[in-house]
Amino acid sequence: MAMPAATFAAGGRLVRRKTTSLVMLALTVIATVVAIIPLVWIISYVVVQALPALSLTFLTQLPTPVGVPGGGIANALVGSAITVGIGILIAGPIGLLAALFLALSRSQRLATAIRFGTDVVAGVPSIVMGIFVYSIIVLPQGHFSALSGGVVLGFIMLPIVIRTAEEILRLVPSSLREGSLAIGAAEWRTALAVLLPAAINGIVTGIMLAIARAAGEAAPMLFTAFGNPFMSTDVNGPVATLPHTVFVYAISPYEDWRAKAWATALVLMAVVLGLNVLARLITWARSRQTGTAGS
Amino acid sequence: MIETAVARPPVPPAPPSTPPVEIPTTTKIAVRSLTVRYGEFTAIRDVTLDVESNRITAIIGPSGSGKSTLLRAMNRMNDLVPGVRMSGEILMDGVDMLDRAVDVVDVRRRVGMVFQRPNPFPKSIYDNVAYGPRLYGVRGRTLNEVVERSLRSAALWDEVKDKLRRSGMALSGGQQQRLCIARAIAVQPEVILMDEPASALDPVATLRIEELIRELRRSFTIVIVTHNMQQASRVSDRTAFFTMGGDRAGYLVEMDETVKIFTNPAERLTEDYVSGRFG
Repeated sequence: MAMPAATFAAGGRLVRRKTTSLVMLALTVIATVVAIIPLVWIISYVVVQALPALSLTFLTQLPTPVGVPGGGIANALVGSAITVGIGILIAGPIGLLAALFLALSRSQRLATAIRFGTDVVAGVPSIVMGIFVYSIIVLPQGHFSALSGGVVLGFIMLPIVIRTAEEILRLVPSSLREGSLAIGAAEWRTALAVLLPAAINGIVTGIMLAIARAAGEAAPMLFTAFGNPFMSTDVNGPVATLPHTVFVYAISPYEDWRAKAWATALVLMAVVLGLNVLARLITWARSRQTGTAGS
Repeated sequence: MIETAVARPPVPPAPPSTPPVEIPTTTKIAVRSLTVRYGEFTAIRDVTLDVESNRITAIIGPSGSGKSTLLRAMNRMNDLVPGVRMSGEILMDGVDMLDRAVDVVDVRRRVGMVFQRPNPFPKSIYDNVAYGPRLYGVRGRTLNEVVERSLRSAALWDEVKDKLRRSGMALSGGQQQRLCIARAIAVQPEVILMDEPASALDPVATLRIEELIRELRRSFTIVIVTHNMQQASRVSDRTAFFTMGGDRAGYLVEMDETVKIFTNPAERLTEDYVSGRFG
């Protein structure tokens, strides 16, 4: 009979426990709010700063000389699309195949070594990548180019694509792989027809993450794509990119260029966000169609 | 209904390709002194048994006695396990399937498999069944016919004929397992291995699967691993009883007609197990 009394009437301990619980709850809420503050702050600050220079023609016009009203960043939009596109062409296929190898390889020692190497590459500062590509492409060719910019972005994207795709491929139940192999499908067939479709949503998300990361790189562009005030779609010539344009405009002494830097930054953020939403929509529609999710 | 449905010949004539080992023609798969190791661990030791054509062979025994290992050796699914080593022979129609020269992909086409948990692909019902035939270049109207015939053989056609484009994942558990059976049948294998095919299903679905297995015996040779002794006695023609020795390696205790195993087994171990005194 002493037991229930002790359990229910332990007033002091109960109060202490409840207090501890409340304090911990408060701490986690505060930490969450603090974590969100920079996000909201950055976005709202950029929006406020960008508004004066922002208009629809800002997206469609080419840069104007200092003091000339109007003007836009059409060249940088196109240049970013070209360089990021080249980057995906490099990092997408190579990254996917490497991820398949890592996820399916039975030689775990080799896989671990490659995984470590990938992590090292992911940790290399992007400006170092820029210098590297500068010396292997720009110097031998003797000129800056969109191509060299794309190659840098490809190098930056590669480890992100490999690691996210591998993680997702590992999540595909091994029973699906066994089911396919047991019918007499070869490994490569199983990978293409069963594993990739089952993992495609996560893989697309991984590629989007890589794009978001690469699209914001300014430092390596100084050595490679270089920047170009005119419209250019020449892969072999220099092009402007969004982050590089932000950099050039932001450090200029002119009031109207600095406003344009903020507007360009906002466009960059919007483009990345838009791509992410688009990818979510596509994969969502796909999974509804095939019933990959749910059920 | 399927070409491989051949009545067993009454007198065994020696086929020209018969190797030195003596095998009656009613034997579809002959396991000879098979030992399977995973690294240092011996999963099954020195197993010798015959799987007879167009009959249902049940493999029973306690957990860890190597039932699934034996089953997965018969279509080389064990190859996927790192560090696996196999010695001995598994002869199908006289050809050793463990031979290096033998193509695993070919083995698996001839020896199909149904798993413990239904594992339909995240594709439509039609594409699930068509997956195998497509690998071998079947297209168009022929493919439609193969899909329909396979679904009929798996007793699923009437339930899904109006929703072939729906996802296979949307079916019930029992339907999913029959879909997986249809998928295995679609490439017209000679043998179907079943690894506790009903253990994840409710009693009604289990009964339907068991009826289906009895039906499939006419066209295929079937080997089924089961934990459920009632199921083994209801479904199978022959039963092999496995247990493990002191070193945890599984071995074959005895194999005989199912009636004999469950009523009058030769070994004391078997009797204890089927009567529930052990395991």
